[in-house]
Amino acid sequence: MQWESWSQFWHMGGAAVFVWGSYAVTFGLVVLELVLVAQRRKETLKRLLRWRRALGKDGSGRQSAPLESEQ
Amino acid sequence: MNSSQRGFRIFRFAAPQVFYPLAGRLAPWFAAAAVALTLVGLWLGFVVAPTDATQGEVYRVIFIHVPAAWMSMFIYLVMAFWSAVGLVMNTRLSFVMSQALAPTGAIFCFVALWTGALWGKPTWGAYWVWDARLTSQLLLLFLYFGFIALTRAIEDPRRADRAGAIIALVGAVNVPIIYFSVKWWNTLHQGASVSLTKAPSMATTMLAGMLVMAFAAWAYTLAVTLWRVRPMILERERHTEWVGEVLEREGGRK
Repeated sequence: MQWESWSQFWHMGGAAVFVWGSYAVTFGLVVLELVLVAQRRKETLKRLLRWRRALGKDGSGRQSAPLESEQ
Repeated sequence: MNSSQRGFRIFRFAAPQVFYPLAGRLAPWFAAAAVALTLVGLWLGFVVAPTDATQGEVYRVIFIHVPAAWMSMFIYLVMAFWSAVGLVMNTRLSFVMSQALAPTGAIFCFVALWTGALWGKPTWGAYWVWDARLTSQLLLLFLYFGFIALTRAIEDPRRADRAGAIIALVGAVNVPIIYFSVKWWNTLHQGASVSLTKAPSMATTMLAGMLVMAFAAWAYTLAVTLWRVRPMILERERHTEWVGEVLEREGGRK
């Protein structure tokens, strides 16, 4: 163990800004990336489902009657 | 079974409707591995590894700096590989793979530059110098940005795929330049501490922490890329029956 106390650990021998600045930005970017990927997935599913419904495909996966003849 | 049949079975996983659920099943395992490896790596890096004799504590940036730099170069080479496969074999999933990798590669590239700047200030006295290693790594970041911007700006997916593949392949020349820059030119950046041909010039526990963090970066990249590629596949394959079924099954869920 290199540290005698938590405050010594956070102090990082005077290099706290550089060490924690590196780790914090990296961690932040990883979290941001995961959030963006999850949002992208939700958005794509919603948009494609809407697109599919607009084409007149029903839930069974078969093509139903074209929109014009439904009027 | 002869070898051509076995080869055919492997190619089966390149089919989008097989790859999509496979990616969904594998990603959480890679994510779990990434978390576990990160915890072990940080424990090695902050608890086990000793204070550096010359640099003090600031060297602990190494546990993200080096893995991020390796990953940024490796991901670009993998993108170039998939681009070449796509151009030669005309497999569309290959292009999608290289596009799904790009944002993660760009993030690692930025992280390498950022942590390098924060490490450079206390050890070199400057956040940035225009030496060959730093400049070629910055060029890599711009190649990532160029690739992402180009593939997203072109409407027609086929043309976007090809344009991106060309940037990926041409830009790949920069990767060996980054790697060997510290040998070819007189750089402020130090030479490689770890190489395949000679014993590493650092304490074993420091090296172990760095390697475990590198594996964590690998596992993370696999997980996040598989998660990112899934909706991209649905987008590309939206006209097919199987995507219709996936959408009805997963799209209704909250």
